[in-house]
Amino acid sequence: MTAGETHQAIEAVFRIERARLIAGLVRVVRDVDLAEELAQDALVIALSEWPRTGVPANPGAWLMTAAKRRAIDAIRRGKMRERKHEEIARELDDAFDGAAEAVEAAMDDDVGDELLGLIFTACHPILSADARAALTLRVVGGLTTGEIARAFLSSEATIAQRIVRAKKTIAKAELSYETPRGAERAERLPSVLEVIYLIFNEGYAATAGDDPVRPSLCFEAQRLGRMLAGLAPEDAEVFGLLALMEIQASRLPARIGPDGALVPLPEQDRARWDPLLIRRGLEALARAQALGGDGPYALQAALAACHARARSPADTNWPGIAALYDRLRAVAPSPVVDLNRAIAHSMAFGPEAGLRLADEIADADALRNYAPLPAARGDFLFRAGRLAEARRQFEAAARLTHNVRERAFLLARAEACG
Amino acid sequence: MRVMVLVKATDDSEKGASDPTWMAQMMAAMGRFNDELRNAGVLLMADGLTPSSQGKRIAFDGASRTVIDGPFAETRELVAGFWLWDVKDMDEAVAWVRRCPNPMPGPSEIEIRPLN
Repeated sequence: MTAGETHQAIEAVFRIERARLIAGLVRVVRDVDLAEELAQDALVIALSEWPRTGVPANPGAWLMTAAKRRAIDAIRRGKMRERKHEEIARELDDAFDGAAEAVEAAMDDDVGDELLGLIFTACHPILSADARAALTLRVVGGLTTGEIARAFLSSEATIAQRIVRAKKTIAKAELSYETPRGAERAERLPSVLEVIYLIFNEGYAATAGDDPVRPSLCFEAQRLGRMLAGLAPEDAEVFGLLALMEIQASRLPARIGPDGALVPLPEQDRARWDPLLIRRGLEALARAQALGGDGPYALQAALAACHARARSPADTNWPGIAALYDRLRAVAPSPVVDLNRAIAHSMAFGPEAGLRLADEIADADALRNYAPLPAARGDFLFRAGRLAEARRQFEAAARLTHNVRERAFLLARAEACG
Repeated sequence: MRVMVLVKATDDSEKGASDPTWMAQMMAAMGRFNDELRNAGVLLMADGLTPSSQGKRIAFDGASRTVIDGPFAETRELVAGFWLWDVKDMDEAVAWVRRCPNPMPGPSEIEIRPLN
């Protein structure tokens, strides 16, 4: 191996350990920034020692020990800010008093919980959703600020600033960095799931930029979701979210046409859906349902599963989808859910059923300038044979959309009404 | 990227006979390793294969199809188990394999093959 290859191999080991290292350190030093710095210091030490000694049998424990030594040195030199130093130094010393194996065993036991605590802290509701996403990708996902900036089509300075501010907010609020228990955990879990799904959707639905899909963000979100499922195996919604992401990601290979445009679900080549991800998604959904999952993510995953199970659009279980939308509307009401519910009912029970439900939401403020609403009404009217009315709806939808391809599609549908 | 991680067979694994105490320890260690993979979001799928005596090969030559019953020779080229992982790059896959417990009592090999 060349020195460069050795270096690369050590960094790969470090990447595996980094999140857990930071999670363990932050419990003691109570400062995300400092924990990150100490982890980085441990990497520098590893890079100088491992080429000589080889990678230790338990690299995680080795790095933790190295980082904690650095922390003690820093405290002794009085470089750490503020109070609590004595207490922290004592805690660190205690950690070295026991036999090395006892320390390792204790660390192994706590490691999952510490990591979960770090995820909950990075996703704390006192932070904005954008700040949570950036901080989670940085400290848990291990992405650099440059990578995060590219993923979110933002500047590196903006992302760096966002992360710095998030860390300051956390320090100021004196968060415990621990995994919340009981009712508090149930209360805070949605903000964790929201961030992971936001990251996923930023990759899947790419709201800006030239590429309609950025799979690397989907990958990061799936990885976080899988991690969370490993760490919190009793939470139905964790598996609901994982199922939803795996099934949606299974369509990524079929989602972009040869011209680079998004291909709508009914027109996708289902042979290109990834069967492994579908299987993983269905397994995660089964787990969510076994845990009693009837939350918004489990229901959305069940919806995605109805499509995943259909071998062709004609095989789609529309009555099942309509029933799921009825339930989703009850647990997570939103005008967009109402609209999709109307579409599902039109597919299951005919265009008149869709029109009836669409009429109920026609005045919703949130849908006032929302192109999909007139587009759906146009489709219902077209299928009901009311062509002149359908044409007016397609034209209205075409005026509302900002997407050039979509406008062309809607105008073509208006034209087809004669 | 996805990689398939192949545990290569040995004479022992092909015989299907290993010391039960050793097997129990290995399985426990492998279980912990799999937990780590799962908690890191890396593990997609894992399974072990039965010895090649349980397998069949189908030889293709033009229109002909010939079924060959196991066991097969060239033990070192046979597969005893596999994982599918989702990793960022080959370095990460190698780093994970390095910390895998010994899959066999004697010398053995694990091979990493990126999927297309």
